[in-house]
Amino acid sequence: MAQATLTTAPPHRSLLADLSHNRAFLGILFMVPAACILLFFLTYPLGLGVWLGFTDARLNRPGFFIGFENYVSLSGDPIFWLSVFNTLLYTTVASILKFALGLWLALILNENLPFKSFFRAVVLLPWVVPTVLSALAFWWIFDSQFSIISWVLMKAGLISSPINFLGDTTNARASVIAANVWRGIPFVAITLLAGLQTISPSLQEAATLDGATPWQRFRHITLPLLTPIIAVVMTFSVLFTFTDFQLIWVLTRGGPLNATHLMATLSFQRFSSGQLGEGAAIAVAMVPFLLAAILFSYFGLQRRKWQQGGDD
Amino acid sequence: MSAAQKAMAEADLVDDREGMTYLNRLPRRIVVIYIPLAIFVFVLLFPFYWMGVTALKPNAELNNFNDYNPFWPSSPTLQHIKYLLTETSYPGWLWNTMLVAFGSTVLSLFCAVLAAYAIERIRFKGSRVTGLMIFLAYLVPPSILFIPLAYMTIRLGIYDSRMALILTYPTFLVPFCTWLLMGYFRSIPYELEECALVDGASRWEILTKIMLPLAVPGLISAGIFAFTLSWNEFIYALTLIGSSENKTVPVGVLTELVRGDVYEWGALMAGALVGSLPVVILYSFFVDYYVSSMTGAVKE
Repeated sequence: MAQATLTTAPPHRSLLADLSHNRAFLGILFMVPAACILLFFLTYPLGLGVWLGFTDARLNRPGFFIGFENYVSLSGDPIFWLSVFNTLLYTTVASILKFALGLWLALILNENLPFKSFFRAVVLLPWVVPTVLSALAFWWIFDSQFSIISWVLMKAGLISSPINFLGDTTNARASVIAANVWRGIPFVAITLLAGLQTISPSLQEAATLDGATPWQRFRHITLPLLTPIIAVVMTFSVLFTFTDFQLIWVLTRGGPLNATHLMATLSFQRFSSGQLGEGAAIAVAMVPFLLAAILFSYFGLQRRKWQQGGDD
Repeated sequence: MSAAQKAMAEADLVDDREGMTYLNRLPRRIVVIYIPLAIFVFVLLFPFYWMGVTALKPNAELNNFNDYNPFWPSSPTLQHIKYLLTETSYPGWLWNTMLVAFGSTVLSLFCAVLAAYAIERIRFKGSRVTGLMIFLAYLVPPSILFIPLAYMTIRLGIYDSRMALILTYPTFLVPFCTWLLMGYFRSIPYELEECALVDGASRWEILTKIMLPLAVPGLISAGIFAFTLSWNEFIYALTLIGSSENKTVPVGVLTELVRGDVYEWGALMAGALVGSLPVVILYSFFVDYYVSSMTGAVKE
């Protein structure tokens, strides 16, 4: 039976058979669904965004080409420059804190602990819960009158009146950074923990026998072996912090006095007040920074290959 | 090595690091490890505790920390949750979020499985470049796409519909899932596939009958992760949805429950709590899959 079908089949389905063994054809066929979605809803909008940045479009009407007018007006707009400054400040401070605290937590979790998997699971919770919803909890914690932090500090006699968390420019910046760090620590800690677990304990033991102090072991064994994964994790972290929107939008909406306006929130604000072109221009202005972060990631990955003894 | 240490090492053979812990005395371990860990866990969990306690407090206790213990509801009530479920559009938002998350996850998984298989196993000309492009697509943040997407959806006539979200969420889900599944497919031995090819199986048969059953853990990881990401998504849901009945939970709670100057903290926190529960429950069942997808996406 099998013989018979084999001998009679080829003339009947030759074209189909040829195609089904052609790697290029098959590969492209399998890529079609993903490519359609990504090209239409990702690549095209990216280009469209750049184009919109050069127009005076509104939501309900396509705009006219106005050249660099949006960028010119932005470059003379102090709020835009304030938002750039805020974004850089927010990203730098939050990323450094996330890295330091996340690495610390990862090192703690890498110790031989009872209920290790329980702790690992619990630590990841802030990352799992929708940011907007946990940000609402922070909003309540940072309430100007009924903040639980203020209440505890007042009970302890450390302050005499409630802290104005989100109403004062410095406090507001510190508060949104704290909330962002809170949300970002789990990601950094858990991914770095995965990196730490790949480091062979025998290296540490050998160094200990040679008389290395814990700091020396960390500095000369753990850190170099962890560098490649740190590079990738921090690139992601920087990328998502730089483009953060939700946390700020819940906690301050850019206020007070635009002190916490990030480029993403400013872009949204311009967009929702109808200035679609200017909003798009702000979004495009974020791209150079993102490219810098991606290049950083690229070189981080390269270094990883080299460290593993692979060829570049 | 003393007998006690030997016994200790044998008791925990799975963990090699046991071997070094005897170097740390217990008091030192308490200061260096347990106290910082306790502080970390406390800080990371306190907002959830506070959310839960607030949701269960009657209004009288919410703003009165001096007559009632703020850390525990003296007379817990479900009035806020009842209010949420009966007098607001909250159940509708939950339903929308569920549909959108489910729809976009299924769509993304379908695209990602085919794409990952093509890139990793068919290895057509240009597959490496395609893989790199997919990775780059993952790095494109929604904050720079929402304006053109809002503009597009209006012109396509799908603005303010669940469809708008189901079709736009894959922009970040497909790259993520593809990247993750590529790693899983790579770990499946080539020989299995070669045997099947020699036996005359088509690529489609190989994918559905050999690769997918073996990649089930990867599919679960990608699926629950994608579901969580779409459940938590905010900026697209905020810009692409206008009417109250089509909103998702995060957008609905923020735009409809926050009104005026007097915030109903009880209802807000109840909304946050109920909106978090589905993903937390999902997470508690699949912790290891979450961790592996999170670390897998970074490690590759």
